[in-house]
Amino acid sequence: MEEKKEIGQNAAGEKAGSGATAGATSATEEIRIGTFICNCGTNIAGFLDAKAVSDYAKTLPNVVFSRENLFSCSEAGVTDIENAIKENKLNRVVVAACTPRTHEPLFRAACEEAGLNKFLFEFVNIREHCSWVHKEDKGIATQKAKDLVRMGVARATRLEPKEEITTDVERSALVIGGGISGLTCALSLAKRGFQVSLVERERQLGGLVRFLHRLYPSNISASEFAAAKAEEVRRHPRIRIFTSSAVTDVRGYIGRYRATISPVGDAVEGTLAMPGKSTSATAGGNKSVSMAGETPDNAREKRGAGRTLEGKAGAEPTGGPHEFLCGVIVVATGARQLIPDGYFGYDGKTVISQLQLEGMLKQGKVDATLGKRFVMILCAGARVRERIYCSRICCMNAIKNAMLIKQAVPDASIHVLYRDLQCYGVTNEEMYRKAKEMGVRFVNYSPESPPAVEDGKVKVLNPIIGREMTLDSDLVILSPPLVPNEGADDVSKMLKVPLDENKFFLEAHVKLRPVDFATDGIYICGTAHWPATTGESICQALGAASHASIPLTRGFVKVEPIVSELYDEEACRGCGMCAANCPYGAIEIVETPKGPKAKFIEVACKGCGVCAATCYKRAIAMSHYTDEQLNAQVEAYLKGDK
Amino acid sequence: MLDAGRHPNIDILAYSEVESVSGEAGNFTARVRKKARFVKEDVCNACGDCAAKCPRKAPDEFDMKLRDRRAIYLYFAQGIPAVMTIDKNNCTYFDKGKCRLCEKVCQKKAIDFEQKDEILELNVGAIIVATGLDVFDPTPMTHFGYGRIKNVITGLEYERLINATGPTGGHLYRPSDKKLAKRVAYLQCIGSRDLNYCKYCCTVGCMYAIKDAMLAREHDSEAVSYIFHTDLRNVGKWFQEYEIKGRELYGINYVRGRVAEVQQDKDGNPTVWYEDTRKQEVKSLTFDLVVLATAAMPAKRSSELAKILGIELEENEFVRLSPEAPTDTSRPGIFACGFCNGPCDIPEAVSQAGAAAMKAAELVLPEVVVAAK
Repeated sequence: MEEKKEIGQNAAGEKAGSGATAGATSATEEIRIGTFICNCGTNIAGFLDAKAVSDYAKTLPNVVFSRENLFSCSEAGVTDIENAIKENKLNRVVVAACTPRTHEPLFRAACEEAGLNKFLFEFVNIREHCSWVHKEDKGIATQKAKDLVRMGVARATRLEPKEEITTDVERSALVIGGGISGLTCALSLAKRGFQVSLVERERQLGGLVRFLHRLYPSNISASEFAAAKAEEVRRHPRIRIFTSSAVTDVRGYIGRYRATISPVGDAVEGTLAMPGKSTSATAGGNKSVSMAGETPDNAREKRGAGRTLEGKAGAEPTGGPHEFLCGVIVVATGARQLIPDGYFGYDGKTVISQLQLEGMLKQGKVDATLGKRFVMILCAGARVRERIYCSRICCMNAIKNAMLIKQAVPDASIHVLYRDLQCYGVTNEEMYRKAKEMGVRFVNYSPESPPAVEDGKVKVLNPIIGREMTLDSDLVILSPPLVPNEGADDVSKMLKVPLDENKFFLEAHVKLRPVDFATDGIYICGTAHWPATTGESICQALGAASHASIPLTRGFVKVEPIVSELYDEEACRGCGMCAANCPYGAIEIVETPKGPKAKFIEVACKGCGVCAATCYKRAIAMSHYTDEQLNAQVEAYLKGDK
Repeated sequence: MLDAGRHPNIDILAYSEVESVSGEAGNFTARVRKKARFVKEDVCNACGDCAAKCPRKAPDEFDMKLRDRRAIYLYFAQGIPAVMTIDKNNCTYFDKGKCRLCEKVCQKKAIDFEQKDEILELNVGAIIVATGLDVFDPTPMTHFGYGRIKNVITGLEYERLINATGPTGGHLYRPSDKKLAKRVAYLQCIGSRDLNYCKYCCTVGCMYAIKDAMLAREHDSEAVSYIFHTDLRNVGKWFQEYEIKGRELYGINYVRGRVAEVQQDKDGNPTVWYEDTRKQEVKSLTFDLVVLATAAMPAKRSSELAKILGIELEENEFVRLSPEAPTDTSRPGIFACGFCNGPCDIPEAVSQAGAAAMKAAELVLPEVVVAAK
């Protein structure tokens, strides 16, 4: 609760401070607006009458100064604005030029130079919104520019000075998930000097990778690689490891998250990295698993005996719950392999999953005693109606394992039945070629006529010859997709970060912001985001560490004071609609002496306005875009230029 | 781009090349040639008055030479930095010793014909390679007719045609007769997955073909699209869903089969001969336009740069990396990200960029000292 108080004080302090800011205006002070109309060379003046717009601006209420510039953004243009502010005692500035995206910071800085609060500046776009789109009619363009300037002046009249919101950042990180992604991210942040708390549900670090035999394309031992990473993490003095633990509560916002970590009992332990809960099929699965060695299916049983990786657990805090503050959070909760129940006759014995095969390979149990006829079927439960997506890594994993079988049993017959082989990039395609050279056979199948598995035979329609092939098989190996870990839902709710329809975490932008959430201070990496190879997960983990280290390094975050505020506290009923709709987790409902009320976390707010639009009591206002300011613009437009 | 351009910690040296690198991780000296633009970068604001008056035309490389630009030009409208450049090889003044019209019309006095290449010595702790890709020229694959059949174009040429700021204002006017193309074939793996050219998969061709076909339909509700593919490689987030959307909402016809040959009929329409491997049939279809998804290769002169930097490349001239340290080059202190590491899509490139930045930060920045509480 103490962080909330701080924010409150902060805000109050700023309000008090802003009153004293040079250039701030009191309600009684005369509004003196200066307007500057940019020609932008010929970009604006070529298509509309900039001088007429400037002359018109002079006739508007509160405008005491107007001028056109060849380039307002040039050295001369900026100096001109600064001088005009001082000479004419301007307390509002309107520049009609290009887009705020390019030059708003420049003009705001000019206002500050001249002693004016930078939020008393209003940008009107008469280039992208006007001259460039009305090149064919100078009259219309000029009229529209006048309208836009009149609207800008109307808003400027009602602008208020604002101060940027700053909050300190607790310089430590919480990483949720101790697989390759979480380990990589934790190490990277720790190397930069930050304290990291790493939470893993399992007793051992390493995630899904430790159940694999070898990693493609380098063919290194997966468990050795995971163990080495885990060892590096354990030795790092700035990383606290919480195994057999889960994050059970998170409150706060970027810079000040208060997280609670609790030990998980045996009942829940295993749900994160396990390929599935006990089902009738996994009972059968366990049998083949005993042949296969350690797989996630039986890891639970073996745990009592084998705390190999976290043997001494590096003086880790035991018991709990532990509560602590951290500045940023990285989600690396990983994925698990779907148990392919119901696909292609999966029984865990003669029809097994790739993960089971990994275990057998790891135990050295793949040899001629298994037989020599292997059939792999791809897309077992992926790219189907109930699970539309492609799991990215299964094709290559199958090819890798086919090659490993071929190495162990050189005269083995291996058929890989596939829909589209996903050998994207350079090394994958190379591996595919090598597998073919080694004699692995690839047969395409279409989803309309999928392979049928029965009695040691696989029948498949080979579309190249247009006939059904019958393949004898001693072992059928299915490639099911990765699916998100079951804990994803809880983490999503706790952190207020979204999942997509497949329950993978939903990043801020699918192309440009793959390791960020829309909420500042929370990042995503690895297979919790989407199926990925180890190499890809490592990139994402380092990318997430890189983004997370920005606020940690700075030690503070600064946000524009364009945020929502509780404008009418009486009206607020604490219904929570605003909090439910806030994409950034910036609103909470708190109990006050006047009943439940919405509380706004200014640093987390992006000023999107969803809350204000949602509030049926109209209790919420957007600062710097108040109803009054926006209505004034609309009214100014409707009034026309009379 | 704009964010990078405006960031106070980033100095952009565009139109520049690294000539040598000495030193070691944490303390490199890079010699950079900043080529003369003959325009003062700090004065020019790219208003374009000069280009409007420039009398000399040259093919516009950004628009895949589908239209002309002037000798003084902006590489493209949103380019960063937004500064004009004089193309010396095509400038009347450099050619004949007189003209200088651009200088006369520039109200900001930004033109400087005396400007020389500058050599900068930069002291840096780490170097990140992000040189991207170039596309394969399909002319040698004569059976596709590129260069001979006018209505066979590359994916990048298509991008410019379908782009609202491109040479046709976003209308799919085909090259031969400027008629609106309604039936378009997209041919995949042109030079990719091909032992004669690029052995590897370009990773992005399938997805951009689907996007291209969707765009054609969005521009024209009567557009007909065929994508001739081998494996459709849709491994990214929601890519499979995108493929289905293409079929169900945009009417894309997906045909599994590599195209054998493209011929031309008397009206200039390309005819595509192919085997539909799902139906064991050799067939042909005639289109208005054929778009080739050409292979993607490491940027030209990658091997030259690798020598300068002292880093190893693999046989295809992508940067050699270890899969477990996917942004570390063979030389400590030099990191690599994006397509120069091998084909990847945008989110992968962005993740790798973050990773390379983090590795550089670990090396270059002092450890942050967090006061104990």
